[in-house]
Amino acid sequence: MFIGFFLALRAAGVKASLREYLTLQEAMHAGLGDFDVDTFYYLARATLVKDERFIDKFDRVFAESFKGVLQPKPETVDGVAAQELPEEWLKLLAEKVLTDEEKAEIEAMGGFEKLMETLRKRLEEQKGRHEGGSKWIGTAGTSPFGANGYNPEGVRIGQQTSRNRSAVKVWDERSFKNLAADVEIGTRNMKVALRRLRRFAREGAAEELDLPGTIGSTARNAGYLDLKMVPERHNAVKLLLMLDIGGSMDDHIALSEQLFSAAKGEFKHLVHLYFHNCPYETLWTDARFRSADAVATADVLHKYDSTWKLIFIGDAAMSPYELIQPGGGISSWNAETGQDWLRRLITAFPKSVWINPVPEKHWNYTHSTKIIREMFEDRMYGLTLEGLDAAMHRLMH
Amino acid sequence: MARFEGTSSFVATEDLKVAVNAAVALQRPLLIKGEPGTGKTVLAQEVARALGKDLISWHIKSTTKAQQGLYEYDAVSRLRDSQLGDARVHDIGNYIIHGKLWDAFEAENAPVLLIDEIDKADIEFPNDLLLELDRMEFFVYETRQTIKAKQRPVIIITSNNEKELPDAFLRRCFFHYIKFPDRETMERIVEVHYPGMKSLLLREALTAFYELRELPGLKKRPSTSEFLDWLKLLVAEDIGPEVLREKSAAKLIPPLHGALLKNEQDVHLFERLAFIHRRGG
Repeated sequence: MFIGFFLALRAAGVKASLREYLTLQEAMHAGLGDFDVDTFYYLARATLVKDERFIDKFDRVFAESFKGVLQPKPETVDGVAAQELPEEWLKLLAEKVLTDEEKAEIEAMGGFEKLMETLRKRLEEQKGRHEGGSKWIGTAGTSPFGANGYNPEGVRIGQQTSRNRSAVKVWDERSFKNLAADVEIGTRNMKVALRRLRRFAREGAAEELDLPGTIGSTARNAGYLDLKMVPERHNAVKLLLMLDIGGSMDDHIALSEQLFSAAKGEFKHLVHLYFHNCPYETLWTDARFRSADAVATADVLHKYDSTWKLIFIGDAAMSPYELIQPGGGISSWNAETGQDWLRRLITAFPKSVWINPVPEKHWNYTHSTKIIREMFEDRMYGLTLEGLDAAMHRLMH
Repeated sequence: MARFEGTSSFVATEDLKVAVNAAVALQRPLLIKGEPGTGKTVLAQEVARALGKDLISWHIKSTTKAQQGLYEYDAVSRLRDSQLGDARVHDIGNYIIHGKLWDAFEAENAPVLLIDEIDKADIEFPNDLLLELDRMEFFVYETRQTIKAKQRPVIIITSNNEKELPDAFLRRCFFHYIKFPDRETMERIVEVHYPGMKSLLLREALTAFYELRELPGLKKRPSTSEFLDWLKLLVAEDIGPEVLREKSAAKLIPPLHGALLKNEQDVHLFERLAFIHRRGG
């Protein structure tokens, strides 16, 4: 039972184990499923998902796997015929590009009132699934009804949620979307991100004498001395933070700066340095880029040794000349290319990552991002909880 | 089998009921997460009440060790007793102090065991309890006895997400995330706590409350329990619905906001917004 669903879940990255799958079977046997779709959904969720970040993925897979099989009871929608619109039937299979004439034709169909009237009629006439064409309700066609088609006055059928909430399946509401791990970091999940960083900061320390432990175990030993050691609590992580300031990503970068500053107490050392688009021979200790705050990159390379960890935060989007051409920098003349300086930094600090606030799917469209990503041998991560986790993991190991 | 259907003082959503009943029926621990103030801890009390069971709560702190839930060997008293020549010293059993799990296992009628805020403890804590929660038994080395649960207790575990829990532990639990209640559920919750509250006041208060929660940049968004406290204050001070409505136009800051906003910066933020709003409107 439901093996397909279980495999689809795993394929989607919800880490459900065989044990949990068997638990679900056991629960179904015990009659907890109740032969009711909603109960089954809740039961499967409680059994197979153990982290709210995955509930959204679960909802999507559930909708995909059981679509057409599990239908909510049909209910009346404001006077429109009480006919259920099976989701599968409106499923988008093809996104058609319409010609201008077709578009014009639709424009000519008349106002909203007219559309509603026609919809009502069509709903009564129509029996099966339909795609393409220009009259029946379906997807990707030119009919004004149905989702993903083109009609300036179209009525979205697949997506109507507000008018009749009870007809919408719970898992289609996707109310756990905000908790998914791959969303960008905002105030909502800032706290969680902070905890991740703290954990990162705690690692790597020596041992010290555990006094209460020693006393306890000596007493247990009836008076014979028994020394106990514990790992030292405070941390040893030294962090060099280089931030790209002065671009479209300033908000995100300020956010990440706050994030690291908030975790500052947890690091042994935390040094902020700023650059504009790409680091060259000068870096700044203040985001206002005044000459008094300038430090030579060469000094930075000498001052901090390779035990420091280096994190770049920036969008890595610039003109390729800024990277590969001497004098390509936008603020001042640079004798050596940005790529040279970056390479020096990466070599001096083997533990380095680049955190990019731009969503990962866009990275491949920017030439400079691709170059930098290659230079970092794929150690570029998104500014998401997942990305931070991966970046911190990379820095520690 | 007794089923949990919510109680007269606790509104349980459908998904929560399914999760609780599954955990009770299959005798697995139930892990509850959710925003603070959504009733995670109260749930255990209510489940115990609804099923007519005793509640044993084990509140976890950062220094709590898994072993403390099983038993502790009070070696220091024994050392002292031996110095004083007390006869009790010969029986090591005198120095074994029972933990919460032991109590829960030994109880005649399976109780509800609440392990509260498990994420507060050391990262290894849940792993240390794996076998004990799975098999519902443990071994006492000092007295060479095995303690086995007479009846498997209903175990409810809450977490505030401060640490990630190990996968092996999660696989053994049912999981439920308590969503922040929507307006409809909130109305039911209020009805349970303050039956017969003036519906007009309630509607205005709910509107003000959800507006406040949606305010961007709040450090700590008010929770259900804070909302209930605030309502109590509103009723006690006999503040009418018209006062609450008036705020949206002119004053913006709801009366007695101290019950909702617990953070100085949040109050400042709110006042600043109110100021801008007044100038704009």
